[in-house]
Amino acid sequence: MKELKISAIREGTVVDHIPTKNVFKVAEILDVKSNKNVVSVATNLPSKKMGHKGIIKVGGRTLTKDELNKIALLAPDATVSDIKNFNVKNKFNINIPQKAENIIICNNPKCITNMEDVITKFEIIDTNPLTVKCNYCERSMVDDEIKIK
Amino acid sequence: MSFKNRDIISIKDFSKKEILHILSIANKLEKKTPPTLLKGKVMSSLFFEPSTRTRLSFASAMERLGGEVLGFSSTASTSIKKGESLFDTIKMVDQYSDVIVMRHPGEGAARLAAEAATVPVINAGDGANQHPTQTLLDLYTIKKTKGKVDGITIGFCGDLKYGRTVHSLAVALEQFDNITLYFIAPQALQIPNEYLEELKAKKIKFKQCDKIEDCINKLDVLYMTRIQEERFPDPLEYQKVKGVYRIGLEILKNAKKDLKIMHPLPRVDEIKTELDNTPHAAYFEQAGNGVHVRKALLALVLGVEK
Repeated sequence: MKELKISAIREGTVVDHIPTKNVFKVAEILDVKSNKNVVSVATNLPSKKMGHKGIIKVGGRTLTKDELNKIALLAPDATVSDIKNFNVKNKFNINIPQKAENIIICNNPKCITNMEDVITKFEIIDTNPLTVKCNYCERSMVDDEIKIK
Repeated sequence: MSFKNRDIISIKDFSKKEILHILSIANKLEKKTPPTLLKGKVMSSLFFEPSTRTRLSFASAMERLGGEVLGFSSTASTSIKKGESLFDTIKMVDQYSDVIVMRHPGEGAARLAAEAATVPVINAGDGANQHPTQTLLDLYTIKKTKGKVDGITIGFCGDLKYGRTVHSLAVALEQFDNITLYFIAPQALQIPNEYLEELKAKKIKFKQCDKIEDCINKLDVLYMTRIQEERFPDPLEYQKVKGVYRIGLEILKNAKKDLKIMHPLPRVDEIKTELDNTPHAAYFEQAGNGVHVRKALLALVLGVEK
């Protein structure tokens, strides 16, 4: 049986090695609902490295730096491939940024960032499990507590 | 070491050396208060939430050093009622004064104000988050009454779950040598685990217990706190724990003769008034020390003390 159960794309981007629990969150970041080109989302695929993984193929576009930074927080081991004419033109791992600016929503309802229009800033304290700390209210959040904008 | 133009936002921003320097300037200004040291300087005192001791002691500190104070103690008569943002308020006040002292219910509000201001911002409390000048005056009181901070055994009693003064002081004490901490509270109000994890990681000695009698003989300082009804999400939880600790002469029978009792005030009934005139009572002196520590901070951030 072939590893991939979803078809190849002519032009676009493939995000591979997404933790299964975050596949649909990554799809939301990529705003796949609004994409007029081919979009494939697959989850629970067997993976040697991860046990199970998810993969998303988005036709017709490359990803912005902002999108890559957001995806890095949800899928730190993801690989991203730019596809041109069915071939991989460029393949790279995404890095978790040391600081996350305007990416995360603070889960503390009393944080000033939830009271006023403020660009949120978070320091990445740990990557496994992902732990971030709000620059303003100093509250730490771990893994599932982290909400992406 | 220069504090000129530095913001005072969180006790975590300060090293032990810096803390001791602030305390030494406070001591100097307690002994002699130069009445014109801050002449010509203006302090904006922005209290978006009620306060008695903090607001008045900052104003007292500024005026005793010859400076002037403008500001508000409630938002009722300000443009905030018209929907002005904190950022915009600070941008304006920044041009009216040389230093901004602010209390705000939003956690992280002081950090945001410091980003908006060009003049130094001193955090006088941002919700349940930080209140660094309280921690500094607590440390000053310990140093003044015990002669040192290193080596002390301190018991925290009461609301250790929601009490930010306890959290901040415990964090500040991590930097000092040979400290022992006792956390005295019912299980429902014990200090959050994240603080205990940090103490373990830094190899600080601590114990948890639910009765003052279990450790009173070991303490150099007993830091009492009010069980704060307003911090409880569930009123039933408050009813279960209110009034569990009331210390008086009886409990102190086994205490060290030179035990000092501190309290950030206001108290409700956790310290009986029969202790007020004993040598153990340090809580009123502690409130007075707030003025000396705030004099030091104002003089340092305004660059007239180094």
